[in-house]
Amino acid sequence: MTEPTRLGAAEIQQRVARRELRAEEVMRAHLDRTAALEPRVGAFLALDAERALDEARRLDRALSGGAEVGPLAGVPLAVKDILHAPGFATTCGSKLLRGYRPAFTATVVARLQAAGAIVVGKTNMDEFAMGSSTEHSAYATTRNPWDPGRVPGGSSGGSAAAVAAGMVPLALGTDTGGSIRQPAALCGVAGLKPTWGRASRYGVVAFASSLDQVGPLARRVEDLALAASVLCGHDPHDATSATDPVPDFRAALPRGAAGLRIGVPRRFLAQGVEPETLARFEESLRALQAAGAAIVDVELPHLEHAIPTYYLVATAEASSNLARFDGVRYGARAEGARDLLHLYGETRDHGFGDEVKRRILLGTFALSSGYYDAYYLKAQQVRTLVRRDFEQAFAGCDAIATPTTPAPAFRLGEKTDDPLQMYLADIFTVPANLAGLPALSLPCGLAAGLPVGLQLVGRRFEEETLLRLGAALQGATAHHTLAPPL
Amino acid sequence: MPRIDEKTVDSVARLARLQLDPQERARFARELESILSWAESLQALDTTGVPPMAGGASAELRDDAPRDGLGRDAALGQAPDHEDGLFRVPRVLPG
Repeated sequence: MTEPTRLGAAEIQQRVARRELRAEEVMRAHLDRTAALEPRVGAFLALDAERALDEARRLDRALSGGAEVGPLAGVPLAVKDILHAPGFATTCGSKLLRGYRPAFTATVVARLQAAGAIVVGKTNMDEFAMGSSTEHSAYATTRNPWDPGRVPGGSSGGSAAAVAAGMVPLALGTDTGGSIRQPAALCGVAGLKPTWGRASRYGVVAFASSLDQVGPLARRVEDLALAASVLCGHDPHDATSATDPVPDFRAALPRGAAGLRIGVPRRFLAQGVEPETLARFEESLRALQAAGAAIVDVELPHLEHAIPTYYLVATAEASSNLARFDGVRYGARAEGARDLLHLYGETRDHGFGDEVKRRILLGTFALSSGYYDAYYLKAQQVRTLVRRDFEQAFAGCDAIATPTTPAPAFRLGEKTDDPLQMYLADIFTVPANLAGLPALSLPCGLAAGLPVGLQLVGRRFEEETLLRLGAALQGATAHHTLAPPL
Repeated sequence: MPRIDEKTVDSVARLARLQLDPQERARFARELESILSWAESLQALDTTGVPPMAGGASAELRDDAPRDGLGRDAALGQAPDHEDGLFRVPRVLPG
């Protein structure tokens, strides 16, 4: 029998449903592997093995008693520490939220649990999801399972590393400018950022509300489709969650790549992609072409402005969203402040790390009187131009392909002293957030022994197109079966 | 492009309720100036008549009907300091 930690989420559910595997066996295998590898990877900020085993045993008993089998029955799940999960603290990777116990549960977590998934723990992340390497966590260093000297990407670096290391078959991340797709690519797993509004953000700590989205990470596209069908959909607790019906994404996969047109923005790619990363990208396009897709050229002239646009809009929204962390209602408070204003200022200065402070300052500046028009308003106008670029491009294609990142994982510490260099790593991922579009990253092979990703961006609410192409690529290649040398 | 000096950082930090120390002020002034001069490329784009993008999805509003909230105990449960059902803070007027 296949070792349970090599199975995908859908396969686990199937075997648990058929009583070929007990949920407890599945959970124990994943927990044993996590215990063995975690000292070298550092994916988790909190783990609760006992609770996870209890829940698995409870599920086994329920199934023996004839209970209905959920679509994720017995699937071990890791949750980024920005989402509220019952029984766990939410720290957001920040000292300011040390020990914070949320009084409610994120809707997406509740939905996956209701479908039978079992939360094993909370994963490491850049503080308040601000970063591209997970190095901005106040608590721990997460290492790339493919090379312990390199970053896992970020900000959902712990979730990507946990899936890549086989600790869990499925994890949740959030994506404001690439925080699901970029770590997925750098760790060699798949990650889906659904359309903005597709999934509820109730119980998710807000970073930049017009950009934030929750989504799944897994090794297989089938598992992303399965998880997305469960977690997406309207939630009365989140007025920005869309009321559009959510299809059974898995049902679309057999339709494959045939008849789909993939647009490639050649001029945009000329901005600089590391040669081996570009070679893997071209090979993936050829594989998709062989599977029946057509490759066409597209122009997205304003994408070269996407990064500065993103860093103005995202920081402006963050400066507003993070105003709530004031040491009064929750979190760690600075002691001995002489008045209320000093309490706010000292709590925030001690509680936030450098990247968070940098972004709050930048965003506050962009929104401040005298600079608002030149920075924030200008960026929101350029954002309209980016969105129009996509609309025009989608008149001639069904998905747009780029590498997910310009290069494979960088070394720990390589970019921490230069915020601008770190920001430039997001060049291919931020446009989908600015335009609110769904985007998928797929493993597409190794560059100098390190994983790189293919990114596909689709029309609003057309996740199915992306997942069909992803399933076609995984049917034609073996990149998703590569495991890191742990 | 505005000059970002320590005085600018100081006034922005005051708006953001961040009590920075002098070292931080100097460093953030340098970093913000470098980030903003790089973002200056946007100024060259002609955006005359382009509406700013705002929002995305069609927001579905719920009925304006009363319902239960979090409840006082849960709301106070994570507060660093509270008393008699109220959040406790130091003096509000400058000390």
